[in-house]
Amino acid sequence: MSYGKSQAEQIREISGVNPHKCMKCGKCSASCPSFNEMDIKPHQFVSYVLNDDAEALVNSKSLWKCLSCFACIERCPRDVKPGKLIDGARQTVVRQRGADYLMPEEIPEHLDPKLPQQLLVSAFRRYRR
Amino acid sequence: MSIEAKHKFKPKIVAFCCNWCSYAGADLAGSSRLGYPADVKIIRVPCSCRVNPMFILRAFEKGADGVILCGCHPGDCHYSTGNYYARRRMTLLFSMLDFLGVENGRTRVEWVSAAEGVKFSTTMNEFVEKVASLGENVRLGDLRCRN
Amino acid sequence: MSRVQRIGVFVCHCGSNIAATVDVAKVAEMALLEPGVVHAEEYQYMCSEAGQAKIAEAVKDKGLTGIVVCSCSPRMHETTFRNAAERAGLNPFMVEIANIREHCSWIHKDKTEATKKAVILARAAIAKVNLNAPLKEGESRVTKRALVIGGGIAGIQTALDIAEAGYPVDIVEKTPSIGGRMSQLDKTFPTLDCSACILTPKMVEASAHENIRIHTYSEVEQVSGFVGDFTVDIRKKARSVNMEKCTGCGVCSEKCPAKRNASEFNRGLNNRSAIYTPFAQAIPNVPVIDRENCIKFKTGKCGICAKVCQAGAVDYEQKDEIITEKYGAIVAATGFDTIKLDDFDEYAYSQSKDVITSLELERVMNAAGPTGGHLERLSDGKEPKNIVFIQCVGSRDVTCRGKGYCSKICCMYTAKHAMLIRDKYPDVNVAVFYIDVRTPGKNFDEFYRRAAEEYGVNYVKGQVGKVAPQPDGSLLVQGVDLLDNKQIRTKADMVVLATAIEPEAGVRKIATMLTASIDNNNFLTEAHPKLRPVESPTAGVFLSGVCQGPKDIPETVAQAGAAAVKAIGLLAKDKLLTNPCTAKADELLCNGCSACENVCPYGAITYESREVNDHGIREVRRIAAVNNALCQGCGACTVTCPSGAMDLQGFSNRQIIAEVDAICR
Repeated sequence: MSYGKSQAEQIREISGVNPHKCMKCGKCSASCPSFNEMDIKPHQFVSYVLNDDAEALVNSKSLWKCLSCFACIERCPRDVKPGKLIDGARQTVVRQRGADYLMPEEIPEHLDPKLPQQLLVSAFRRYRR
Repeated sequence: MSIEAKHKFKPKIVAFCCNWCSYAGADLAGSSRLGYPADVKIIRVPCSCRVNPMFILRAFEKGADGVILCGCHPGDCHYSTGNYYARRRMTLLFSMLDFLGVENGRTRVEWVSAAEGVKFSTTMNEFVEKVASLGENVRLGDLRCRN
Repeated sequence: MSRVQRIGVFVCHCGSNIAATVDVAKVAEMALLEPGVVHAEEYQYMCSEAGQAKIAEAVKDKGLTGIVVCSCSPRMHETTFRNAAERAGLNPFMVEIANIREHCSWIHKDKTEATKKAVILARAAIAKVNLNAPLKEGESRVTKRALVIGGGIAGIQTALDIAEAGYPVDIVEKTPSIGGRMSQLDKTFPTLDCSACILTPKMVEASAHENIRIHTYSEVEQVSGFVGDFTVDIRKKARSVNMEKCTGCGVCSEKCPAKRNASEFNRGLNNRSAIYTPFAQAIPNVPVIDRENCIKFKTGKCGICAKVCQAGAVDYEQKDEIITEKYGAIVAATGFDTIKLDDFDEYAYSQSKDVITSLELERVMNAAGPTGGHLERLSDGKEPKNIVFIQCVGSRDVTCRGKGYCSKICCMYTAKHAMLIRDKYPDVNVAVFYIDVRTPGKNFDEFYRRAAEEYGVNYVKGQVGKVAPQPDGSLLVQGVDLLDNKQIRTKADMVVLATAIEPEAGVRKIATMLTASIDNNNFLTEAHPKLRPVESPTAGVFLSGVCQGPKDIPETVAQAGAAAVKAIGLLAKDKLLTNPCTAKADELLCNGCSACENVCPYGAITYESREVNDHGIREVRRIAAVNNALCQGCGACTVTCPSGAMDLQGFSNRQIIAEVDAICR
């Protein structure tokens, strides 16, 4: 992983999103269940990445308010996937903090029978890289 | 994106394009400035069915490294049935050529419509890459023509 | 037969289009070294008058017998240069074009590479023209009759224009009446004219015009032939009603007991009987029996319509009729429909009757519609107090759910709907959720601003994420206002979706029959998007209306007129010059095997007994004969011929091989 890249570049790479595709229609924000809790709104994620302002994004509340419900990704008419951008931003933060290793051996002690399967799968998806 | 810079070996590619669909598709690729390597040279024919296997053999004989035939999509031939004949002919011919040592990767048939500029350039880029990876064609070459 | 040529090569700069990436001087220089070339020059714009004058001058001064122009695609200017050659006294088919623009300068960035390729392409063209022989165009007849496929405003207007010019026209329409989508509209923008009021006079004019014949409830079944000489089979589906006897009284529909059939005209919002006319102003005003839902046809019982018909016009025995007609020109005017909303569940279209498409709203607002023109909720008949319009449903959507293009008409018709509702029901709140408001026509922007400013329509920039039907029967609309940066949750009584439009189903079949180009969105392709917008690349086929691309009524009428003019231009000719690049059999090599006859798609090859002098031996042989009027020059026969007797003029075996040699050299 190259630290020479700007954080916005990193976010773009991790998420695989092309922010230029956004046509600023607002469908993502209109579908977001956490809209009111967020300071930077879904439709703004793309602009922040385009303007290379990843710092504001990673310091925002929005990063953690996003539920990963993927409604914005489902409904975006331009295939921009803003939810993946936020996911990518979260990834950069988590990696920076060094807490990006979840070894398979560690899992049994973290297992809680009440933990939904989906959370485990989700965690693997995020932390394995 | 053009891959011109990446290859040291520049293959000679002859492309037969039918006047109605694929040549127009190539023109659209041009108007849209979609690049592909300069190794590809296009010969215009009225229909893909005009392409006689002899032309393809001649191309390899004279030093071509790859030959591609482009025509209208099945069902859309301007002369209604031309591309069906072309398809059958080429299936047989390319299988024969493969047996003779002119590998399958050196020959190709692609259906490109007049609206598919992107498909045309993508196809050419892929084809050149494939032929370049196969190297220079030494089969069927008429040594008298090499300089 | 080869002949010694004197070839002139003209390399065009095309401004900087070619000259920027190809060293044109070098191309001219290298061309001069090729066998047969006696003259080579370069010029800024060969297609200009000055450029063409240079050709004329060189032909005269250097006694040129053939020319090669290295320029843009032959699809652009082959005709231009052929005409220039002809004016200079040269046979127009002694001209070859090397495409060094679309196939070279525009796609290669490296100047050395591009120049090398341009030189090779020039060599190929020179090698070809060295083997060219002068050709003469043949003549074919023109049937002075036009066919218009589709009876909407586009088809009607085209037919009227062609008929006024004095030519007979047939309109083939698959529904029981002409009129198309425009007959389903209530008012039209930007004038707010009543749609039926401006359409019906045209419909009447078309039906009364002596030069127009209308076949409704009919479809084109088969098309053969080519420009000037098409043969078309039309299937006139059985109406089960005798058109000569029917008086249009309407008693049959009234008395018909089978009333539970969704009305296509009213978009399924109400029902019609099994024997029906689609709408009151239908032309022809003759009903049709929907045999699939007719009790008599399903069970054998009933027959009420026949009993009550005073004119004795009902005819259960009527069969489909296939008529065959000849036409010189065909115009496609097949129109459009809205897309299916199965993939757009977030708008609850299938869950609530109060979520409707804009076309359905037209029917609701229309006085002849399912609610008698009264604006009411389709679920409970109550008057809505809050209406939300959602734009771009399925348009500008590059995912697999929708269409990538903008449907063009929706911003304007939504402004129209909003304005009309606010005008008639001032206490109803109307909000429009939009991405952009696109109003490019004459008086269009002023129209939309009236809706916003004068009529108080609330335009919100932002989309709607979800429409949720509530237990109390209302709809909860969750959208966003991007300019205020707020999510909006509002209660609506009715939601109208501006649904994307797509070409009418069945257009692919028509395109295949006509061998007309069609794109990935099912719009028929035009010959050139800027300069030839109403002609299909297939000669003799013209395009009118939305089948070529989304457009509103003023544009449709304009395009319909344009298509009519092109058709008239064709029909006005007494004969057409046919493609001279036809097949020819070498009588000395032909062995009479009939292989070519079997592959010709046009039936252009026949066999005849001919006396042949084969190197002193005189005998009668069975030789292939090509009908130059029918041959379209595809070349299928040339490859099939086992003796190599069949060759194609203009693209002969030796010519193509010469091109291959030049490229591979």
